[in-house]
Amino acid sequence: MIGFIFKRFIQSFIVMFLVALLAFTMFNFLGDPVNQMVGIDTTAADREALRDRLGLNDPLLVQFGRFVSNAVQFEFGQSYQHKRAVSGLILDRLPATLELSMIAAIFTLVVGVPMGVYTGLHRDSLLSKIFMTISLVGVSLPTFLIGILLIFVFSVQLQWLPSFGRGEVIDFGFWSTGLLTATGWKAIIMPAVTLGLFQMTLIMRLVRSEMLEVLRSDYIKFARARGLASRAINFGHALKNTLVPVITIAGLQLGSLIAFAIITETVFQWPGMGLLFLQAIQVVDIPIMAAYLMLIAFFFVMINMIVDLLYYVVDPRLRVDATS
Amino acid sequence: MGLRRSLIAVASVAAICAASGAQAKTFKWAFQGDAQSLDPHTLNETFTLGFLSNVYEGLVRRGPDLQILPSLAESWELLDPNHWRFTLRKGVKFHNGNDFNADDVVFTFDRVRMDGSDIKTKVAADTKVVKVDDYTVDIITSQPNPIVYYEWDNVLIMDKEWAEENNATAPTDVTKDANNYAAFNANGTGPFKIVERETDVRTVFKPNPDWWDEAKHNVTEGIFTPISSDATRVAALLSGEIDMMYPVPVQDIKRIDSNGGTATLTGPELRTIFLGMDQKRDELLYSNVKGKNPFKDKRVREAMYKAIDVETIRKKIMRNLSTPSAIMISPFLFSKSAKYERIGYDPEAAKALLADAGYPDGFELGMDCPNNRYVNDEAICQAVVAMLAKVGVKVDLLAQPKALYFKKVLDFDTSFYLLGWTPGSFDSWNVMFNLLACRDENATRAKFNLGGYCNPDVDKLTDEVLVETDPETRDSKIEAAYDMVAEDVGYIPLHQQGLAWAKKDSVDLVQRADNQFMLHFVNVK
Repeated sequence: MIGFIFKRFIQSFIVMFLVALLAFTMFNFLGDPVNQMVGIDTTAADREALRDRLGLNDPLLVQFGRFVSNAVQFEFGQSYQHKRAVSGLILDRLPATLELSMIAAIFTLVVGVPMGVYTGLHRDSLLSKIFMTISLVGVSLPTFLIGILLIFVFSVQLQWLPSFGRGEVIDFGFWSTGLLTATGWKAIIMPAVTLGLFQMTLIMRLVRSEMLEVLRSDYIKFARARGLASRAINFGHALKNTLVPVITIAGLQLGSLIAFAIITETVFQWPGMGLLFLQAIQVVDIPIMAAYLMLIAFFFVMINMIVDLLYYVVDPRLRVDATS
Repeated sequence: MGLRRSLIAVASVAAICAASGAQAKTFKWAFQGDAQSLDPHTLNETFTLGFLSNVYEGLVRRGPDLQILPSLAESWELLDPNHWRFTLRKGVKFHNGNDFNADDVVFTFDRVRMDGSDIKTKVAADTKVVKVDDYTVDIITSQPNPIVYYEWDNVLIMDKEWAEENNATAPTDVTKDANNYAAFNANGTGPFKIVERETDVRTVFKPNPDWWDEAKHNVTEGIFTPISSDATRVAALLSGEIDMMYPVPVQDIKRIDSNGGTATLTGPELRTIFLGMDQKRDELLYSNVKGKNPFKDKRVREAMYKAIDVETIRKKIMRNLSTPSAIMISPFLFSKSAKYERIGYDPEAAKALLADAGYPDGFELGMDCPNNRYVNDEAICQAVVAMLAKVGVKVDLLAQPKALYFKKVLDFDTSFYLLGWTPGSFDSWNVMFNLLACRDENATRAKFNLGGYCNPDVDKLTDEVLVETDPETRDSKIEAAYDMVAEDVGYIPLHQQGLAWAKKDSVDLVQRADNQFMLHFVNVK
């Protein structure tokens, strides 16, 4: 177990290093940050001086080396646009994104799993067909379109929910939460549904197909033959055995929920890291982009590790393999 | 005395209103981005400066029609051609209670010329700013400059003591420790104070009860939210969550106007959109013409001009939100602009001109275009490409985000490009100096003359206009220069891009042609 974690740790480091390298190569193709930092009247000499002070004239390898040596000390420099330390900026935005992703993930599981179970058990019922149609919409429509549609219906037409922002937030110093106020909850509904819809349909379809497969297996037939209540069979035996792939997917999807919050955050002007990142791309704010990409890579690596560890808990066969 | 008494009256009325809360008028507005910093000297950009002009003020300010009005300076006079005397307004206080005086002016004019400031171009490095007494400041320039104060509405005055107390005497420098106090706190003399700010989320303004001028607005609280997504910004207005927003995407203008209770405000902006051609290189880049540069031939430039149907661009792409231009400055900013007319659209004549110049089958050409800088910029370029194709000029369009586009064209790595220009001083000299004069080796002048158009007479006039103090002569020199550029077909001006704001019907406000929105013009019914 310790060896496994250690191995994973080394791998994670390599992954993060490669992400940094790739990101850095990409930044070269994004354009010139200096022209985005000054007004149009600024002289060429002043622009060149600024470029020099930012170290943008150094060879790429030198810039990369500097970035890595700072990054291992959790130092990501100053944002070109916000004129603030990037670490502080990201920490400010982290709560909004994590809250949104968590609510979206909960929505995904709480709605997706029961829908999957239901459609698995009652394949031909009308409700199942409705669910499957909805899921098709969720898979095929792009996120921003779903967001705009929701805004159109619930903000513009019905005027129930706010079209942008996070509502009132309560600040605890290091963490700000919108989950303790009514406006905060109202504001999170549409972004969370928009963000979670794709994942929800994925989970639903996954649970459904797993259920269909498990229900055909011998031990379920035996259970039926034993005369167990169908409730106990469906939930106690069948559902439990569908969970391994569901955990894998749900875990990995949590990473993508955080990473793909970019679009949702932009549509709903949700003040999270994704919005910060997207705006940073437009103005080539390299320190923010670099820090964000590293953080997302870190999340993915961590989530993968936790998912791997969870297998041990859920699937006893793995424990047997490891000890033998 | 009278002023002071009325100020006290205003203050007490404001206090009563605040106490009763009965007449609270909250005004909420949105823009596509946020001010980058509260430091008024870090970025020379329309929105940031307009946003901060609610809080800070300059020696002069601009009224609804952009006319220059006294602000923190009550009056000014020219003692001799190089020597200006500014008399400052007495009894003005900063939001923290400090008095405004000549020290603050001298301090600010030094601060804007430090490293890290982006307002440097508004005050020449060799201009001397001298305190005569507490309320008199002399400005001594190295050469006569009749428009020395034209951009000083955007040189926003900071309190010297406040800056010193908070260690913010220099503008935020991104390369050093950037957490500058002035970037997150504001202390001006203006009509509003910032009481709450979370970057990119919201900024709350409250009226300044001690403002020196009589408040013409009735706003008791202003809440600003940046909303970057166009569709969301429109939705937020339609749903009534905000009272005003800009810019309006042109395709949504109809929608907002047809919705009950909301309307758009449109008008010409000061920005001129134009096409430029490389006339400097001996061989054109990105072209199949080798060994020569077709744009050096006036006939070819004229053919390009004639091939472009600017009316179609106005109707189909700009949805009437543009005014075709014949000169390189907004007609609003030059008194003699009415006489200029565009060369008419005539593709047949264009073909004939090209054949005349030795290109009967046209030629191939690369074009650079931004795709997120101006209103429908990429669509305009695509239309231009299609129109030029009809006369045989095959254009290979490279439309890129502004970050990439500007990197390329500011290195003069282009042969044909689309650019927009608003003179920061609202004066022709800026246009002449940046776009029309001859570009030298180091691009110390005509830095944005990306095609290297050069007519020595225009170049000479540029220098003369700078120091000419007689308004009549000055205007006729400017006119002569514009005449020459039109005669040379040095550029192809396309149009003045339009401004589009949208607001609730219950709100009154002023739309200024420079696209700056001022909270103190707002009245909420």
